[in-house]
Amino acid sequence: MADTHTPGITAHRLSEAQIAENFSDLHPPLDRHEARVAADRCYFCYDAPCVTACPTEIDIPLFIRQIAAGQPESAARTIFDQNILGGMCARVCPTEDLCEGACVREAAEGKPVEIGRLQRHATDALMARQSHPFTRAAETGKRVAVVGAGPAGLACAHRLAMRGHTVTLYDANRKPGGLNEFGIAAYKSEGDFAQAEVDWLMQIGGISLEGGKALGRDLSLEALVSDFHAVFLGVGLAGVNALRAEGEDRDGVQDAVRFIAELRQAPDKSTLPVGRNVVVIGGGMTAIDAAIQSKLLGAETVTIAYRRGRDRMGASEYEQDLATSKGVRIIENAMPVAVHGNGAAQEVELEYTTDDGSGLTGTGERMRLPADQVFKAIGQTMTLDCGLKLERGKIAADASGRTSMDRVWAGGDCVAEGADLTVWGAAQGRDAAEDIHATLMGVAAASTGAVMGEAART
Amino acid sequence: MADLTTDFVGIKSPNPFWLASAPPTDKAYNVRRAFDAGWGGAVWKTLASEGEEIVNVNGPRYGAIYGADRRLLGLNNIELITDRPLSVNLEEMAAVKADYPDRALIASIMVPCEEEAWKAILPRVAETGCDGIELNFGCPHGMSERGMGAAVGQVPEYIEMVTRWCKQYYDRPVIVKLTPNITDIRKPAMAAKNGGADAVSLINTINSITSVDLDNMAPQPTIDGKGSHGGYCGPAVKPIALSMVSEIARHAETADLPISGIGGITTWRDAAEFLALGAGNVQVCTAAMTYGFRVVQEMTAGLSAWMDEKGYTSVAQITGRAVPNVTDWQYLNLNYVTKARIDQDLCISCGRCFAACEDTSHQAISMSADRTFDVIDAECVACNLCVDVCPVEDCITMERLAPGSVDPRTGREVQADYANWTTHPQNPSAVAAE
Repeated sequence: MADTHTPGITAHRLSEAQIAENFSDLHPPLDRHEARVAADRCYFCYDAPCVTACPTEIDIPLFIRQIAAGQPESAARTIFDQNILGGMCARVCPTEDLCEGACVREAAEGKPVEIGRLQRHATDALMARQSHPFTRAAETGKRVAVVGAGPAGLACAHRLAMRGHTVTLYDANRKPGGLNEFGIAAYKSEGDFAQAEVDWLMQIGGISLEGGKALGRDLSLEALVSDFHAVFLGVGLAGVNALRAEGEDRDGVQDAVRFIAELRQAPDKSTLPVGRNVVVIGGGMTAIDAAIQSKLLGAETVTIAYRRGRDRMGASEYEQDLATSKGVRIIENAMPVAVHGNGAAQEVELEYTTDDGSGLTGTGERMRLPADQVFKAIGQTMTLDCGLKLERGKIAADASGRTSMDRVWAGGDCVAEGADLTVWGAAQGRDAAEDIHATLMGVAAASTGAVMGEAART
Repeated sequence: MADLTTDFVGIKSPNPFWLASAPPTDKAYNVRRAFDAGWGGAVWKTLASEGEEIVNVNGPRYGAIYGADRRLLGLNNIELITDRPLSVNLEEMAAVKADYPDRALIASIMVPCEEEAWKAILPRVAETGCDGIELNFGCPHGMSERGMGAAVGQVPEYIEMVTRWCKQYYDRPVIVKLTPNITDIRKPAMAAKNGGADAVSLINTINSITSVDLDNMAPQPTIDGKGSHGGYCGPAVKPIALSMVSEIARHAETADLPISGIGGITTWRDAAEFLALGAGNVQVCTAAMTYGFRVVQEMTAGLSAWMDEKGYTSVAQITGRAVPNVTDWQYLNLNYVTKARIDQDLCISCGRCFAACEDTSHQAISMSADRTFDVIDAECVACNLCVDVCPVEDCITMERLAPGSVDPRTGREVQADYANWTTHPQNPSAVAAE
């Protein structure tokens, strides 16, 4: 059996048991008493900052109060009313940058109410019953194509189905879930939660899933627009940016997103090969997820190299700290210039950078790190070309998700607005669905924002 | 360290903390553990007449009210007086008193409202060498249905009559324990005094149902599907007890009647408050039942430290010190004008003050788009609700408007002199200020 010192890229660096332990739940669920204690800490703020900080505007103080009052399932209903993917968001949201970061107790004592874990407590309670809390409105006779079964597409499909429309949900992969299924670290979505969530969500009825169908390959936007009353695109970003460094084509240089996806799909993680010395290039959540999981698989050294300072990293401070606590080293202000090796990668050459205000430039000082595996995590790009107006390389869409093309809406990572998070996809998919519904039925769009306290803001 | 030695109606104890007559004082075993832990005295769990059968339920006896993290705030009890034979209790009391001569040992007694019954038990109690007796006129459940406990305590004439018998047949201090389940606590206190009582102790427990089992539609604690009211005690009852103690302490006819204060005392501070409102010592039960006897160590150390800080050298110096400041509403100074002040550095912008004021009070707090909360003096009536709901201590305070300044709410100048309702121009029965 290999161990952490075995050179090259190899599987079985750690025992099966050790790997299973490494990939166990990052935040174990709160039990009933723990949840009550955590819920009691909520001040039930007026016009609460946590709600404002949530892209889906869940009424957080209300759901926490419902937990405190002994009804986690009612709390879950409050959550799902705003965000049908509340279960996954409870696991993967960077809460330190969103609700918990805005919590007044974070400001007061550096210890926010554990909103994420409380949300999980509530959503787990309801989902454990295996019953779906929403019922479908009467059939409208309207048919909508939703392309992409990731967070945005799922949220959109669910809301449309709930409003009585008939939805065909397409995805390029055979398995639905998108980012939730393929793009999130395994220890954040334990126990095949993403699929369980999709199955539960589909219980609303009126949604038929067609996997293995990609836009531009098996489907065309023109055909969809003519076959359906409306089209929603939640196709994500399929392309991975290149390093633009010499030797990028050497063996051992891989896309981080693919590595993360393979990890999620592997039934036995001990069979996954990983390098002895791993270097991850990038500074977002993908970089962190790839780095931490490399370490958890048994890599001896894992280094994240980011071309700017840590304060500019897309990954939150919490995520950065999580990585360093697992033994990942973060090198800031360094960019890759070459991957050296004899066929396979052996070293990464980095150059330190400086930013004089007019852009990043190399300082000329270089260093080499041993690297038999190099992950590229420097962002994803739109690969789809379907005639829609773009903005910063992504689909241009308004607040309701309307694109430049009539009867075509879009949301999630493929649109310019928002951040590349499950919760943003959930919000945009939901809002687009309400706008599609309003447009198809000739009614006013229902507001999806939180309504609390706005009157006070004069 | 301040000396906590207490002399309560001639009964000496090393500190003013006695265990109240209750489950913790039912046996020598418990009382010895209590004295070893440092309790100054104990009122032995209520004795019944020889041969009076006392049977307790065999289901749950207690129910609880919780705060955050299951912190016990209120306890409800349906246990009756001691169900052990009188002779066993008396033997144990004698032995404990002999072994702990410096501790106060009081016998709580509840026998039928007949002179013979009292005449029979009192000499036997005296033989134990205990320091005094406490008449249980307060037990609100079970015994009251047999014409004892609260059934006596709710009739001042009975209190006076029984107290008189006790003073006649017993030569040590007689303390009368009062029930709060009445309208005016001064009436039974006066009756006790008229009967010759050396002191009163209060409050006994309050009639209560802690909760309802909504699945079975039965009050809790539930005994085979049914429940009965019990006696409520613990931190939740303290404000009620403080008020009743103060009523007796400031009433002309009972002001000189010594009081043993009881009701939710959990820390030294609670005890100091009872003393300040007129108690000569205090009795504790729920805190001990919740945390064990060792809690007394915080109480004695805390009280002593506070006394040192304030320069008090005896418990007696504290007794009644706040009583002159307890008054009737009509005598409160209406020229004392305050406004809420929010310390913006301490404010965490939760907005609870705003919600409370906007929804339920006087719309006297403004909220800006960036969540800054400010008091609108022209609307603030100084109700203090914002202070009470603010989660941050000292973030909101009440600041007095200086005499000579104008209250923006009334447009009137703040007067320096004292003026109350009795002289107020809007009071139809106002009398001219002298």
